[in-house]
Amino acid sequence: MGGRDATMVLLDENGIRCDGRKVDEPRRIMIKAGGLKNADGSAYIEFGDNKILVGVFGPRDVHPKHMSDTDTGILRVRYHMEPFSVGERKNPAPSRREIEISKVIKEALEPAVMLDKFPRTAVDVFIEVLQADGGTRCAALTAASVALADAGIPMRDMVSAIAAGKVADTVILDVNNEEDQAGQADMPIGYMPNLEQITLLQLDGILTPEEYKKCVEVGVNGCKLVYELQKKALNDKYFGNGGD
Amino acid sequence: MTSTSVIDELKKSQILELLEQGKRVDGRALDEPRKIIIETNAIPKANGSARIRLGDTEVVCGVKIQPDRPFPDTGDKGLFICTAELLPLSHPTVETGPPQPPVIELARVVDRGIRESHMVDVSQLVIEKDKSVIGVFADNVVVDYDGNLFDACSYATTAALLSSKTPKWNWVDDQPSLVEGESVDLPISTIPVSVTMGKIGNHIIVDPNGDEWESMDARITITTDSNGNICALQKGGSGGFTQDEINQCGDVSIRVGAKIREKLKEVQKGSQ
Repeated sequence: MGGRDATMVLLDENGIRCDGRKVDEPRRIMIKAGGLKNADGSAYIEFGDNKILVGVFGPRDVHPKHMSDTDTGILRVRYHMEPFSVGERKNPAPSRREIEISKVIKEALEPAVMLDKFPRTAVDVFIEVLQADGGTRCAALTAASVALADAGIPMRDMVSAIAAGKVADTVILDVNNEEDQAGQADMPIGYMPNLEQITLLQLDGILTPEEYKKCVEVGVNGCKLVYELQKKALNDKYFGNGGD
Repeated sequence: MTSTSVIDELKKSQILELLEQGKRVDGRALDEPRKIIIETNAIPKANGSARIRLGDTEVVCGVKIQPDRPFPDTGDKGLFICTAELLPLSHPTVETGPPQPPVIELARVVDRGIRESHMVDVSQLVIEKDKSVIGVFADNVVVDYDGNLFDACSYATTAALLSSKTPKWNWVDDQPSLVEGESVDLPISTIPVSVTMGKIGNHIIVDPNGDEWESMDARITITTDSNGNICALQKGGSGGFTQDEINQCGDVSIRVGAKIREKLKEVQKGSQ
């Protein structure tokens, strides 16, 4: 992504990371439910320096028609990054990376959404990454859950997401861009906190069997923190003074 | 597939019923992969190749090695790029045209498994720093489909890379010049093995065949290296796993992967 300092220390002798966080400390997370007028449900998330907007439409008619399913509703997810969201301008056309992320986010949300209640319809989730700084798929998944709930779509649980990882041979929570580029491993996790199901899991980087189990544990615990913030966002809109 | 046929539903309930008794449709144990048949150097015009069968799934991987320009930020490293494609002759539902999301995911997961293990030591593939490096391109084509393309393509790529010989280039007059008649083995640092597991009901099975693949609630592909460490993972499908299941799958991938690695090592011995 350019501009990163080759001499950067990922973890200093006091256990402090390159952005001043402790090993088990997530970045600042701000979630807002609602905000878009035309979408049936929406959410905005700031996850460190990530800024992501999600709009949900549906359940609505399926176009093209052949995609519709007589037994169940279908979920469609588009994860898209703006050309200005990263250091060097990104081609606005969907890349292979974005297509894969759209698919894993869709599959992470599907177990939570009660689509069987709406046969022959589609629920569309549009994720727009306005600014990216490592961990966009987790932030996007977290915001998409809030937007689905905001749209009033019946759900079995929320899906909360955060990444665990490894830098300087230490397992950490919430991998930022520098840690992703220069670190040893990145493991994004999506988790349904009440059903205790992991619905998104990826890994790149080398982990021993022990580190692997530790990463899953750290990630799942991180998701529980994120879940509290998702609930707060919905509470603020529907039961607090933050409504619009 | 937008609608499931009655036959699919019947097959699915039969698969689940058998699993309740600890059995699988083709008689395998839950953690038993299908028979793997590896034929290397199947394509002599490629620098390395393998044609492999995993049960009735069949994949051909060809490796082409040629000079290329390095990426701007990694001028001291060669290139490794791995692709995968489903040919229209592999299954009646496969259509020609641009790749669909599942095929894009397949190619990216296979590439990631090999790449993250650092199997090909790209630091040894430099002709002239910042100007010219050696590119290794592993292209997989699926010629027959019976489930679990992730592992089939991964084994095909690994076997093809293990059998690859790289030509030699010198830097002459500001361009790479082929040294005739000289070739060496690719610099290989580890043998990655991917193990894909499917979850049907509460049962986890290794290497799902085509019918099992259609019946899965979720799947997970875990790649391990020669040291028994985990180097890549991808969960897929519209279901979830518990934390315990994820830990279990990690253990299974290391254990089952070690046996498959022995089979791939024979390829390495055969090529030397």
